[in-house]
Amino acid sequence: MALSRQQHLELYYWMQLNRKLEDLLTVMFRQNKVVGGVYSSLGQEATSVGTAYALEKRDWIAPMIRNLGAVLVKGYRPRDILMQYTAKSGSPTGGKDGTAHFGDLHEKRMVSPISMLGDLIPVMAGIGLGARYLGRNEVALTWIGDGGSSTGVFHEGLNFAAVQRAPLVLVLENNQWAYSTPNYLQARLIDFADRAKAYGIPGVIVDGNDVVAVYETTKQAVEQCRRGDGPVLIESKTFRRKGHAQHDPAAYVPKWMLKEWEAKDPILRYEKYLTAKKLWTEKEKNDILARIDRELKEGQAEAEASPLPPAERAAEGVYCDGCHEIRAEWKRSPKPVKPGKNTAQWFEGKSPALAPSLGASQERKEKAVVGPSNPGHGKNAKLKKHKKQRKQRK
Amino acid sequence: MPVMTYVQAVGRGLWEEMERDPAVLMIGEDIGVYGGAFKVTDGFLAHFGRERVIDTPISESAIVGAAVGMSYLGLRPVCELQFIDFIACCFNQITNFVAKSHYRWGAPVPMVIRGPAGGGVHGGPFHSQNPEMYFVHTPGLKVVCPSSAYDAKGLIKAAVRDNNPVLFFEHKFLYRRVKEEVPEDDYIVPLGQAAVRREGRDLTLVTYAAMVQVCLDAAEQLEKEDGLACEVIDLRTLLPLDKETILSSLRKTNKLLVVHEDTRTGGIAGEIAAMVMEEAFDQLDGPLMRVTSLDTPVPYSPPLEEYFLPNAAKVVKAARDLARY
Repeated sequence: MALSRQQHLELYYWMQLNRKLEDLLTVMFRQNKVVGGVYSSLGQEATSVGTAYALEKRDWIAPMIRNLGAVLVKGYRPRDILMQYTAKSGSPTGGKDGTAHFGDLHEKRMVSPISMLGDLIPVMAGIGLGARYLGRNEVALTWIGDGGSSTGVFHEGLNFAAVQRAPLVLVLENNQWAYSTPNYLQARLIDFADRAKAYGIPGVIVDGNDVVAVYETTKQAVEQCRRGDGPVLIESKTFRRKGHAQHDPAAYVPKWMLKEWEAKDPILRYEKYLTAKKLWTEKEKNDILARIDRELKEGQAEAEASPLPPAERAAEGVYCDGCHEIRAEWKRSPKPVKPGKNTAQWFEGKSPALAPSLGASQERKEKAVVGPSNPGHGKNAKLKKHKKQRKQRK
Repeated sequence: MPVMTYVQAVGRGLWEEMERDPAVLMIGEDIGVYGGAFKVTDGFLAHFGRERVIDTPISESAIVGAAVGMSYLGLRPVCELQFIDFIACCFNQITNFVAKSHYRWGAPVPMVIRGPAGGGVHGGPFHSQNPEMYFVHTPGLKVVCPSSAYDAKGLIKAAVRDNNPVLFFEHKFLYRRVKEEVPEDDYIVPLGQAAVRREGRDLTLVTYAAMVQVCLDAAEQLEKEDGLACEVIDLRTLLPLDKETILSSLRKTNKLLVVHEDTRTGGIAGEIAAMVMEEAFDQLDGPLMRVTSLDTPVPYSPPLEEYFLPNAAKVVKAARDLARY
């Protein structure tokens, strides 16, 4: 499971590509080339990249708006993303939808998100169950935020996935802010991983700014799902360093908090790690940066060359009228489905809470967490102080 | 030919589709061990196994969401909502995720969402509704409302085979009251085709689901008492709407009365009226009229519910008013 030197460099490439692509989008936004908003994942790149990197090609993802890194790891190119944001004809949705709202059921195995948070969780549980029925050992992974975990469908989806033991990895990306709402107004929890207890499934915490830790933890969770012991909830503690979108200066975020998390920047931290562990040379770093530069230039040129979509396209494609072939891909003979006797059998297997791999909840946390066990913890004390100060000011 | 109730015909259609195609699955509350609140899936679990007959927690959004995921793999899940009133609990999944999927990113969603709808059984405000129009208003869905056992089987089979999400509203008043011969063959009734249930030249009654029988009763009475020959059209599918069958009947009778059990404001009658204005205004010899339920929740107590619902007497009265033009 240990990462090779080459893999270490790839993680760096993906994180930098994620960041620099968003930098480019920000520039294009200011040049009025972007239609709609730009949603930054500055400071969260390790979570997107580390989680997606732990999957195989056969596995499925459904990204959220701040998982650009995962979309890139899954095989989309900067041109696709730039065209989505600039609403061009050649974009993956042909201009029908924007931002990260696109996907592909065949090659990339990525389900398009919708803006309503939490809906992806039962959908991805269904993909996991469907794949299992077809005899395919595929894992579905999706993300939710600290804010999104307050929705009803988060509960419905994760609970259903748990009773069905669906091969689902849910990454709860605790970036501490849901638009302007701090996470202490979302839930009375220090650790959002504790939500897992309600479903009898493992809930593990990982330092979301440590890409290697994120990768290793996700890898364990994916393996556990592959063995039939899903789902797993991973809380990735991280921080959203920009506003909700470009228009939002995020004045509501205390300065000390921003500063503290700037110091934990996942890319700078990883650079230091690679140097300390002698995993790269200066030349290799420069080559990666030059490659990204070149790829972004090419992507931008291609995106800008694409025309806007023809207006009449608005009326097309509401229904599938034979434009797509719908066929289930079986990895087992579909015929010998044994008739079930009684669902009571269902409960005879071992409880997922006792699954050996990640152990019972406390033990599980210790085992799975790589890096500081609870990087967000100190903040809560400061957050309390901040709240108190605010109260006194009033 | 075996005689079946409407509810048995739905079950038979689903059974045949599951035997025909291993990609067809059932998912819903109490559909497995219990066989469904109305016994539509009775015996399915023993025959098809728990992987294909999935009992779920009380989580309508999870039922629909999971079915979407399965459909993305080329499977054809059929969701049962125990009462169709609960469709409001998964409204977001249906209108935002399911309906827009193909348009937004080219991902077809071949799934069916079915359940018992309609009043007349004193089920009260939450077990009697006709929520079809929320979904007729949503591009990307198909909406089916069968009125006979023959159609129930043929339409559910067509719905399962359709490459788009189909909402299938079974009328629970008809479940055991409608009993007729249903062929054992593998036949389908195509979606989007209305049926002429009774021919006539004086005026056209357009309706669907449980109101078909009400209109046929009214037509019988109008024939006997007034010598009026009413044509009765059963829409069968509300979305897509079979405009041609409505318009060709209108060209013959020049008078249109729409009858639906759904509440009045925003019901299908308004949509049909607008369509007729646009496409056949010059064919009308009188105003397009409608008989519908009241614009209230569905009340519980029998006299209240009877007052709320359309019936043959209300249809006869409206038809007589229309015939005078």
